[in-house]
Amino acid sequence: MSGPDGAQPLLRVRNLRKFFPIVKGVFSRTVGHVRAVDDVGFDVHEGETLGLVGESGCGKTTTSRCILRAMAPTSGEMLYRRRDGSTVDLAPLSRRELRPLRAEIQMIFQDPFGSLNPRMTLFDNVGEPLLVNGMSNRGERMDRVAELLRLVGLRPEFMHRFPHAFSGGQRQRIGIARALSTNPRLVVADEPVSALDVSVQAQVLNLLLELQQRLRLTFLFVAHDLSVVRHISDRVAVMYVGQIVELAPTKSIFERPLHPYTAALLKAVPVADPRVPAGDVLLKGEVPSPASPPAGCYFNPRCPFADERCRREAPVLRELATGHSVRCHHAERLQLAVPQERIDPAGRSG
Amino acid sequence: MTGGPLLSVRGLKVVFGLDEGSVRAVDGVSFDVMPGQVVGIVGESGCGKSVTTKAMLQLVDPPGRIAAGEMLFRRAGGDAVDLARLDPRGREIREIRGAEIALIPQEPMASFSPVHTVGEQIVEAIRLHARQWRPEGGAVSRADARAIVVDLFRDVGISMPEQRLDSYSWQLSGGLRQRAMIAMALSCKPRLLIADEPTTAIDVTTQAQVLALLRDLQKRHGTAIVFITHDLGVIAQMASHVVVMYLGRVMEEGPVDAIFHAPRHPYTRALLRSMPGMRGETRVALPTISGTLPHPFNRPAGCPFHPRCEEAIAGRCQARVPVLRPVGGGQSASCFLHHDEAEAT
Amino acid sequence: MAGAAAEMSAAEERISVASNWTLVWWRFRKHKLALASAAVLAVLYAIVLCPDFFSTQDPERTDARQAFIPIQSIHFLDDGKWAPWVPAAVGKRNPVTLRMEWGTDPARKIRIGFFVDGPEYRFLGLVRAKVRLVGPLDPEQRIFLLGSDRMGRDQWSRIMHGTQTSMTIGLVAVTLSVVLGIVLGGISGYFGGWIDQVIQRLIEILQSVPTIPIWLALSAALPRDWTPTQVFFAITVILSLIGWTTLGREVRGRFLALREEDFVLAAELAGCSRWRIIVRHMVPTFLSHIIATSSLAIPVMIINETSLSFLGLGIRPPAISWGVLLQEAQNIQTLALAPWLLLPGLLVIVAVLAFNLVGDGLRDASDPYSK
Repeated sequence: MSGPDGAQPLLRVRNLRKFFPIVKGVFSRTVGHVRAVDDVGFDVHEGETLGLVGESGCGKTTTSRCILRAMAPTSGEMLYRRRDGSTVDLAPLSRRELRPLRAEIQMIFQDPFGSLNPRMTLFDNVGEPLLVNGMSNRGERMDRVAELLRLVGLRPEFMHRFPHAFSGGQRQRIGIARALSTNPRLVVADEPVSALDVSVQAQVLNLLLELQQRLRLTFLFVAHDLSVVRHISDRVAVMYVGQIVELAPTKSIFERPLHPYTAALLKAVPVADPRVPAGDVLLKGEVPSPASPPAGCYFNPRCPFADERCRREAPVLRELATGHSVRCHHAERLQLAVPQERIDPAGRSG
Repeated sequence: MTGGPLLSVRGLKVVFGLDEGSVRAVDGVSFDVMPGQVVGIVGESGCGKSVTTKAMLQLVDPPGRIAAGEMLFRRAGGDAVDLARLDPRGREIREIRGAEIALIPQEPMASFSPVHTVGEQIVEAIRLHARQWRPEGGAVSRADARAIVVDLFRDVGISMPEQRLDSYSWQLSGGLRQRAMIAMALSCKPRLLIADEPTTAIDVTTQAQVLALLRDLQKRHGTAIVFITHDLGVIAQMASHVVVMYLGRVMEEGPVDAIFHAPRHPYTRALLRSMPGMRGETRVALPTISGTLPHPFNRPAGCPFHPRCEEAIAGRCQARVPVLRPVGGGQSASCFLHHDEAEAT
Repeated sequence: MAGAAAEMSAAEERISVASNWTLVWWRFRKHKLALASAAVLAVLYAIVLCPDFFSTQDPERTDARQAFIPIQSIHFLDDGKWAPWVPAAVGKRNPVTLRMEWGTDPARKIRIGFFVDGPEYRFLGLVRAKVRLVGPLDPEQRIFLLGSDRMGRDQWSRIMHGTQTSMTIGLVAVTLSVVLGIVLGGISGYFGGWIDQVIQRLIEILQSVPTIPIWLALSAALPRDWTPTQVFFAITVILSLIGWTTLGREVRGRFLALREEDFVLAAELAGCSRWRIIVRHMVPTFLSHIIATSSLAIPVMIINETSLSFLGLGIRPPAISWGVLLQEAQNIQTLALAPWLLLPGLLVIVAVLAFNLVGDGLRDASDPYSK
């Protein structure tokens, strides 16, 4: 499949799997596997934001860590198109082979307190990727760090301060500056705003959008907050128990969800308007363990529409409308409630 | 019941004396909780919402202390007691805590002991506060308490309550653990329930279940709830009355519909605007609140919000501190845009 | 925008550019007891650097006629004027026991001075020097500020030289175990796998061996004809070979925990080499903690050395250490006759306490980011 502008996707993930062995006993016997990522495939096009949502344990973070090659996938392909047009599969690369690629694929972390080394100044924190990627001249590095700090809305004079002098929102900006230091093309953002307060969250989201436009960045945006994902993404992939259950442009997935899980997830989000009555709770029970997922469709024990086929036969991800894929046997026949007319709070329109 | 409030907080101040200076974490907070009402306290980190609830239970950790104000709580017998005056380790607060006022904490994992079964711990709580179940006096036997817990578990939607009773907290899933925690909080028939970010640590579908459960329980038992959260969506779905806090002060309070549809304070308005919603345009710049939260040692003079306020009145907002006054529509706001009353200096 | 992060107070500005070590120091100096102990340690290590300067005479100078002289205390004023002196010791032989019984005669004053020239010594074994902190003005006189032992040697001077040996052994042994602990613990924690298994089993074996017998065995194995210096180094190595295990475990634990830290992953994703991640990110994170742990390990080493030497298995005369000095006080007769010979024991207690207090203070201050 090619992108909206006819170009090859920047990243093409195919049949990605990451299993963690469950070991027991003195002899570290493997007694089973946690199927954290179980046959995940998607494309990321240059310049777009692909949102990856799901509840905790759905495998979204593991997927992103595999793409970053912070861990090695169990199997699958991750075809990355380099700046010169050549394509390389990230999955089998060794530590040494990965190093030149690191500058192109960067990450923004969730925890603005843990991702900066507290013992290094901003200059050393932000300038480190530059240093290890060959910019050994200190003055040159200073200029670049100053430029980066300005880019994320911080004063260049802050360079000689330590991270402990900054608030959560400011540290997140520092983390963004660090991620952007090597001019990356693909940025994996792992819950970049979930540790921030509402007002700071808006500032950081605006910054990400602005930077994306200015630098033609491609984002893989991993988050659990649906309204944040909806705000920032061009397309959204919903994950459940290690699999993508639905993948579609943002507008389609939020207005016409085709998978019962997506519909339930959307309905569960509390709306910031007291006039919208709280919907009925659609989902009963708990998310199954990825160590022993149910037979057939992984969602069948909680699905109100499940039938015999769902309990027997695992559905595949299939494209139902252009760019709208779903992993459900009955997607065409289901009349899923379109999320109710949700009136905007007066505060927004005013 | 008479018409008076169950809990009336007036001018509460909590101060933390640190080496670097003292921090006014709660700086003159006032609000009422009527019997059976759900009051939501909303605000960003550092606004003092959690410290306020800790003060209500006399659980403020040193070096923090309640410096001023009163918290009149109407006890079951009808007589009012000022929670602020009680000895934090005294008999009276221990009788109230867990029995008449119960807490649902944010992290249920940390609140259950890992070495006792969940059931045992709730049985203990019931036996400790036996008076809530035996108003005429007398102990609750272990078997009776166990039967009560089974009923409670069924009440909060835990399937197979008899078996779950004997499991340890770490054997339960996040949702079940939070349900067990709610059962624990309800075990002594409290008249006031404090829920401190009870759904922050859990997923959205589980959150929907827990919120539905709390709404249902509140309707059936008529328990008053003080609901602390930073999530405006949760507040809108849960509360009937909302208190908006910023830097230890109440900015605005009023009925939930008024707060969301006719907010009067610029902070409330800015907060509502800056949230990405489930409708409306995507990938556009969100309206933000300019600047950053001041450092606790650097509280601005005057109205604490004025350096970030778009509608600040030059010469007035940085000079005097506005008090919380009724501004019509059942709402109160501390803002000079709506009244002229300042705090005496 | 956040750029307006604004007018910080001078104090905040100072904090914002404070490095980790500055923050540690700011927290450490709040512990008054630890600060005082650090001063005590500074004095002790000054003595280690140059014991000759602090002693009044050659610690080996014997004189059978001056055995068991009691403490001669310093008087600073004479007739209300600054003129320090010590009373001379006068001996009388007891006609019944035929033992010398010493007393002091305040009428006979031995004038002393500070920074006076005494017998020549070599500073740090290199520079010739004569000046001493305190000594008799008349070089022919001898003074015994802390009394003398059964061979008429000056205990004050012997304690100074013993301090050098004992404190050095503590420091060197701990430094060696820290190096061993960091290297082996680091390898174990960072690489994991079979090498981790091997090192862990080694630690378990070393920790399960009863220490006293193994010291006895190793010390007994030292050839009798080794010079005091050789024995000294051998003892140090023995102490550290056994002492590194606890630290090794700790370092391994730290490495395991740090591998999961976000900023370590961030460094990895930035393309940092393994070496850089270890040296720039991981080691500095627990270095202050290691220093605190080591300062708590030094007193253990000192006690170990003292015990070994006391039993006659460690440092042997003519070398001097606190343990050797205490050996002199082994029999009850000495205790009754010359209780001042127990003073080295007091010094051991002071040193150990000081190390422990400083170590506690450092441990509390070592992680300024924990809260």
